[in-house]
Amino acid sequence: MGSRVEILNEGGFRSDGRRQYELRDMSIDLSQQGQADGSAVVTHGLTQVLVSVFGPREAKMRSQTIHDRANINVEIDVFVQVLQQDGALLQACINATTLALVNAGIPLLDFVCAVTGGVHSTSPLLDLTFLEENDLPNVTVAVMPKTGKVTLVTMETRLHVDRFEEIFRLAGDAGKVIHGEMKSAVRSRTSTLVTAMGSGSRVVGGEAAEKDGDDRMNEY
Amino acid sequence: MRPPSPSIPEKEFLFSSLKESLRLDGRLPMEIRAPILTFGDDLGWVECSLGKTRVLAQVEGKMVKPLPERPFEGMITIHSEISPMASSEYEPGRPSDEEVTITRMLDKVLKRSDAVDKESLCILAGQRVWHIRLTLHFLSDAGNMLDCACLAGMVALKHFRRPDVEVVGDEVTVHQPTERAPIPLAIHHTPFCFTFAFFSDPAIPPVIDPTQLEQRLSAGVLSIALNAQRELCVLQKLGGVPLDTEEVLKIVNIAVQKAKELNNIVDARLKEDWAGRKVEVR
Repeated sequence: MGSRVEILNEGGFRSDGRRQYELRDMSIDLSQQGQADGSAVVTHGLTQVLVSVFGPREAKMRSQTIHDRANINVEIDVFVQVLQQDGALLQACINATTLALVNAGIPLLDFVCAVTGGVHSTSPLLDLTFLEENDLPNVTVAVMPKTGKVTLVTMETRLHVDRFEEIFRLAGDAGKVIHGEMKSAVRSRTSTLVTAMGSGSRVVGGEAAEKDGDDRMNEY
Repeated sequence: MRPPSPSIPEKEFLFSSLKESLRLDGRLPMEIRAPILTFGDDLGWVECSLGKTRVLAQVEGKMVKPLPERPFEGMITIHSEISPMASSEYEPGRPSDEEVTITRMLDKVLKRSDAVDKESLCILAGQRVWHIRLTLHFLSDAGNMLDCACLAGMVALKHFRRPDVEVVGDEVTVHQPTERAPIPLAIHHTPFCFTFAFFSDPAIPPVIDPTQLEQRLSAGVLSIALNAQRELCVLQKLGGVPLDTEEVLKIVNIAVQKAKELNNIVDARLKEDWAGRKVEVR
């Protein structure tokens, strides 16, 4: 007896109906939350995280500042709240933090997009749920898509080096897919805001402003 | 007491010599300091030194009642508090960032990687199990205490012998080491930890086993724990300078090489020490 959940069945489906390399449904909400300068609610399947960013503002604790420089409005506070947990927590937190920082208008060199990966016998899987994370060796990778460089790699379970190389490369590529989602969410939020700001003035001016905004967005 | 940041001439000298692949202590960028393992009289007492960094590891075993939710498993606890003996920058009672990192990594490398088999520590299910306590004393900090601590801890666990226990029905008899030879712990695999330091200037190559100055001036650190069978146990790069996928994989391959070499060194030293002890078999 034992109705053990199959990680990957013969048909190539996972326990939640996804394929091997399929990422979970990702939803991004950039609407304002409370008094935060920027906030984002990111959902990967059933994992939901809310990140609020306050800043730049006056540093609260002097011990955190650099001593040999003037510090005026230098502190950025990031508050992370986990609303729902179903695996890939660090991935969701990193993605939400990036979006919240973008939402707050803090200048960033690039997005940071994270994704988890795991290996089931020899098959690599992406975006793991809680059950999959407990059963499989898994790694979380965060990349900066413009250069493709990796800012974070963390793995705490045993995995053979060859399997690791495979899943590591895969996760790097998957990060770029997440970047696409994040970029389009930021774009649509920006165009909503621009439309709201533009309404009241001439319609032509508003449209041109939107186009300019879109062109500049395309650089990222 | 926070140490003063390195001076500008120190920083510039280190960076310019690293650009020519010269390290201040004469090592190559991918050369670790030769580990020196000293065993004490007690089994499970090891002092490991990497250059001037020294860590002392001690393993003790006690019989206790198991946790109610895990009646068939023994317990392993790791105690690693950094005292000001290691360096004046550590204060007693207040764990610094580095101490927290070291404690977490040790937990992941030695406990979470299942290096020691916990079920073999069970004596009488639900009533008596072995509680293995690993204590690490940080004697001196000359950079990279993490790798030194992992090595000391792992070797101490391999060196330790627990008393032989006989179970007849519900009766448990513990045999003295003089009556019956003590038994080693059941170790699945031997993870070794390697730390690499990266610098913000891309012209400077990464270095393995950083010294204190290199660690302070680094812009990013990558720690990798793996065993000689090419299995990665822990890979940790938490922020710091972003790296190419290829660079990370290159580092992993270097670590694989070093793990094999270190495994041979450790095995040779353990054998040497064991041959020097008088073990009577009646």
